[in-house]
Amino acid sequence: MAGKRVLMKGNEVIAEAALRAGCRNYFGYPITPQTEVMHYMAKKMVQIGGNFVQAESEVSAINMVYGAAAAGARVMTSSSSPGISLKQEGISYIAGAELPAVAVNIVRAGPGLGGILPSQGDYWQATKGGGHGDYRNLVIAPASVQELYELTVEAFNLADKYRMLVMILGDGTLGQMMEPVAFRDEEPIETIEKPWAACGRNGREKHNTVTSIYIDPDELEAKNRELQEKYKYIEEHEVRYEEYGVEDAEIVITAFSTCSRICKNVIKQAAEMGIKVGMIRPITLWPFPSKPIYEAACRDNVKAFLDVELSAGQMVEDVRLAVTGKKPVYFYGRMGGNLPTQKEILDKIVEIHEGRNA
Amino acid sequence: MAVVFEPTKGLTDKPFHYCPGCHHGIIHRIIAESMVEMGILEKTVAVASVGCTYNCYEYFSCDAVQAAHGRAPAVATGIKRNLKDNIVFTYQGDGDLASIGTAEIVHAAARGEKITAFFVNNAVYGMTSGQMAPTTLLGQVTTTSPFGRDASYQGYPINVSELISQLTGAAYVERVCLTDFKNIQNAKKAVQKAFKVQQAGLGFSMVEFLSTCPTNWGKEPVEAMEWLKEKMIPQYPLGCYKGQDIDFANLGKAEEKEG
Amino acid sequence: MAKVTFRDDLCKGCGLCVNACPKGILELDKSRLNNKGYHPVSCTDQEKCIGCTFCAVQCPDSVITVER
Repeated sequence: MAGKRVLMKGNEVIAEAALRAGCRNYFGYPITPQTEVMHYMAKKMVQIGGNFVQAESEVSAINMVYGAAAAGARVMTSSSSPGISLKQEGISYIAGAELPAVAVNIVRAGPGLGGILPSQGDYWQATKGGGHGDYRNLVIAPASVQELYELTVEAFNLADKYRMLVMILGDGTLGQMMEPVAFRDEEPIETIEKPWAACGRNGREKHNTVTSIYIDPDELEAKNRELQEKYKYIEEHEVRYEEYGVEDAEIVITAFSTCSRICKNVIKQAAEMGIKVGMIRPITLWPFPSKPIYEAACRDNVKAFLDVELSAGQMVEDVRLAVTGKKPVYFYGRMGGNLPTQKEILDKIVEIHEGRNA
Repeated sequence: MAVVFEPTKGLTDKPFHYCPGCHHGIIHRIIAESMVEMGILEKTVAVASVGCTYNCYEYFSCDAVQAAHGRAPAVATGIKRNLKDNIVFTYQGDGDLASIGTAEIVHAAARGEKITAFFVNNAVYGMTSGQMAPTTLLGQVTTTSPFGRDASYQGYPINVSELISQLTGAAYVERVCLTDFKNIQNAKKAVQKAFKVQQAGLGFSMVEFLSTCPTNWGKEPVEAMEWLKEKMIPQYPLGCYKGQDIDFANLGKAEEKEG
Repeated sequence: MAKVTFRDDLCKGCGLCVNACPKGILELDKSRLNNKGYHPVSCTDQEKCIGCTFCAVQCPDSVITVER
């Protein structure tokens, strides 16, 4: 399949990418709208001799991930919002024990059972840590099926490199949409030694223990400081984002994943109306691209920001933090699984442009 | 004179933090001795749960992983699926296995995961100071059944070995205790049989240890053993509930006979 | 003849070994305390020890070594 473009569904591309990244463990549980990831793994993972288990619950699935990661293996799970909520305790343990793993959240509308249509309402849960304690997940938000492929492969390298959980945050649209994908002949897999893994001493002098508990407060605080240093390093080195026309934009849109695709068309339409609109699209939601947003806020040409999300407004807070009050930050969002139309967003742009801001 | 009994290399030299007379220490030792005697310590991975033995990984000399409360069988599944030639066991209490972790233990057994669960039943939550557990006896006073467990609103004790032995994936299930020399030697045999079942890939294995909790039972260690014999054994009869007649010598032929 | 030796500072004075010894020659030494503040086990009559290891097997803290 290398090199040529293949029309493929987002969810399946995620699974294919994981297999190409050398992931040989998948533990999951059925939930719309991500189940195709599991279907694909149920066949392909088994065919290549990897481990596939449909767990009894998402709680068990994330703990199987914890086990496989503790044994030093590349491992993935996928789910959707309610399932990811069930996995939060396990994710906090993975952070505490510093285990490499990849978790995919194909977000659906909430809260509660909510709906099965797309949403971005898990932003806070993903980026602020939905579990207990001070920890972070590296959160990546692809905006196309090609990015789902490339960034999932990248996710495994990042997980191993930083010994943490990397979350691919998609949504129902992205997971269910089909787009052509160009696969590479060879994947940029970075294999890393894992001397800390609990895989049997086999003659090793000391026994390895993978744990996240430190009864002694000084030890636990030292551990937390270590984690915070790691997160600081990641914030300085692993931010990914894309920028469009910020240099002469009057209004800068901030949007990620599916919303950013809609906004690209809005930018063209606004230009035809003589309104210069740019966009900053975070690709990593954590570490968040605060710097480029702040720099945009410092530009004279930039008069205001418009944050567009499929939620009641979550990333908008990070945008406001980054802008530090230099410019007004407006918000437009849809919920319940509805997507904003280009017209709705364009109307909002015109309002802001004409100073009739809501 | 020759040494006929000495501390095992299967344990590290860190002293146990367990209360005086607690049977966890005995169970740790016979598991550790078995790993050494069977020559499997170097390829064993233990999975500690949450309870008094949350840090048993500091006591076992083998590699170990600490699991969230109730999730050890799932963690062990993830480990064993990747380390097929290793020995993987969980070490869990009754709150961990029979309460919050019921789904995990039942499904690990139902899937026939080739892991071993060492299940310590002391009828209370020890670490958190004596709450009622699923295995608390009717009438037994605990910090959350202060008037004695009353079935009318606190339901009935769960017989885990009987429950798990119903699952086809479970190849070997035995309940033992540690109240005297004979029972401890029998318990050690059960531990080694469980490891053999795992080595032979016959499926899931579990040993349930009835165990004292002197502190939370409010009894002297010796008196606690009497209570265990008098009260717990009638509710939780000792014995092998699955896999009594596994003939390791000729497993191949055994399958043909059954097949 | 057999011999038992104790790692005194690991003993928690639980008394399980005293109860297990068929010859009744073990007791908690009320005259001294170990570093944990317990009365450690001691053998009152080494001659009578038959090296059966009942005490060592019953001990939760691997305090006892037996020679025979």
